Amino acid sequence: MAKMRGALRVGLSVAVLLGLTGCAGDFRYNWNWSILACTSENIDAGCIGPYFFWILEGLSWTIAVASAAWVIAFPLGSVFGILRTFDKPILVVVPFVKSPIYFRTRAIGTSKGIIWVNVAWFLHGFANVYVTIFRNVPLLVQLFLWYFVFPELLSDEAGMWVKREMPLPEFWTAVVCLGLYSASRVAEQVRAGINSISRGQQYAAMAIGLTPVQVYRYVLLPVAFRIIIPPLTSDFLGVFKNSSLALTIGVLELTAMTRQIEEYSYQGFEAFTAATVLYIGVTAIVMVAMRVVEGRVRIPGMISLEAK
Amino acid sequence: MNETKDTTGTDGGGMIEMNHVGKWYGEFQVLSNCSTSVNKGDVVVICGPSGSGKSTLIKVINGLEPFQEGTITFNGVSVGDRTTNLSKLRSQIGMVFQNFELFPHISIIENIKLAQMKVLGREDDEARNRSMELLERVGLSDQRDKFPAQLSGGQQQRVAIARGLAMDPIAMLFDEPTSALDPEMINEVLDVMTELANDGMTMMVVSHEMGFAKRVADRVIFMDEGYIVEDCSKDDFFGTPRGDRAQLFLSKILTH
Ligand SMILES: Nc1ncnc2c1ncn2[C@@H]1O[C@H](COP(=O)(O)OP(=O)(O)OP(=O)(O)O)[C@@H](O)[C@H]1O
Ligand SMILES: [Mg+2]
Repeated sequence: MAKMRGALRVGLSVAVLLGLTGCAGDFRYNWNWSILACTSENIDAGCIGPYFFWILEGLSWTIAVASAAWVIAFPLGSVFGILRTFDKPILVVVPFVKSPIYFRTRAIGTSKGIIWVNVAWFLHGFANVYVTIFRNVPLLVQLFLWYFVFPELLSDEAGMWVKREMPLPEFWTAVVCLGLYSASRVAEQVRAGINSISRGQQYAAMAIGLTPVQVYRYVLLPVAFRIIIPPLTSDFLGVFKNSSLALTIGVLELTAMTRQIEEYSYQGFEAFTAATVLYIGVTAIVMVAMRVVEGRVRIPGMISLEAK
Repeated sequence: MNETKDTTGTDGGGMIEMNHVGKWYGEFQVLSNCSTSVNKGDVVVICGPSGSGKSTLIKVINGLEPFQEGTITFNGVSVGDRTTNLSKLRSQIGMVFQNFELFPHISIIENIKLAQMKVLGREDDEARNRSMELLERVGLSDQRDKFPAQLSGGQQQRVAIARGLAMDPIAMLFDEPTSALDPEMINEVLDVMTELANDGMTMMVVSHEMGFAKRVADRVIFMDEGYIVEDCSKDDFFGTPRGDRAQLFLSKILTH
């Protein structure tokens, strides 16, 4: 039943698309799908450039930007997400302070002439500030800040290196920017995943003598990461789609290449159709792959992992 | 970094000593002036109305919840002292929860092996053998490769007891171990606990199973609104409970 409805929906969408195509026909647009196969400068078919290779190259850059950004976003976001769940104090003695300054805050305290610093309070606060800033500044603004403003803030030498000598400056700027931005989103998922585990699990893990680090390592994280596979998948797809913004600083990724084809051949509809199909194709592959992963790590007998 | 104290400390009185313990959640006082002492081999049953602080009393003993007033020592080690290695202390106290709290993502035997290997540093073989021994004891050796969600509540709770015993604890804490169970499963869990008590385990049990209390308890503690209002031998408690609240509570519990 659900399958049939799905098929109906796809059918309708295709019909609407075809309708739009028909409208385009009214503007006397000359469809020429063969340009997508251009590999050489075959002027007859309108091949001013090897468009086929441009699209492939664009797709490769898109995948490269997204993957490299994810390599930053996933571990960094996980760390920040974990830090955001530190609500219990972690006390560390600071040995070299002679005259105890007594701050009436949650961060620092004294007992028996020793100064205790609540490290968790600082880490927690740092992670909160990070997530708030990176989630709430528009990605495009962040990209421009990294590309245009950041090198100016460095020392002359370092700034020069970033602008001139660094290999692939646009690419790496896009990767770092997208990576740090997406880390803030991953952090939110990880935090939500951990917090959705019932408090009793944490008590049980602590009660058998596991240290706080072990509680996370062996009990909370394995369950939390299973819970958040679906939202993490959409975050990864978000990185993939957001990578198209990199064209604004000159990375020749898929969308940029598509525009370039349009400018060369005036066959924008074909080029953008190709790009759309590729974006959807990669998304579908990732979704299917994550379904498989989800199935593989599914816990036997468990219907839902959410807290009881 | 933290100086850690050895948890095989001196014997200053009972195994568990609570002196004038007070605990607050924000402004709300959950425990008030709670003092009691549990000797080695004692079985103490704690009862009282919902919200009276029974679970909290159990949780402050192994430092799962901090307390603000008074002192608690377990086997001579001060629980409230910041320099105490709480993880090590907890590894010597088994704990069983109302909702079992087995780790859902690992098999039954892995649940029992986990802390043996990560906390006690036992080798895989040794941990496996000990786990099988305990599963045998609670009558579940054929379930070892299943996952928690594939067992009944009663079976899960017996696994949870085995998980606690695997650490060779010197005391066990139970927080309403049977109250989430269907009636026909209560006895299989109580039987395991009774056997444990007869073997001389030091136990504190939050429970409304008065039959169990009558059979195995040495003492009964009755709590109300954060206070320990009765702390007496089983015979005194069931014979002549002094307070009105305890009497009223008992009459409700026993007629159900
Ligand atoms: N984390 C918490 N934050 C704030 N208040 C809490 C918290 N945990 C418990 N309380 C409150 O402390 C009081 C005692 O709780 P506790 O769980 O110890 O009661 P209990 O005697 O075990 O009750 P029950 O029989 O329902 O399990 C209750 O009023 C409860 O609402
Ligand atoms: Mg309770």
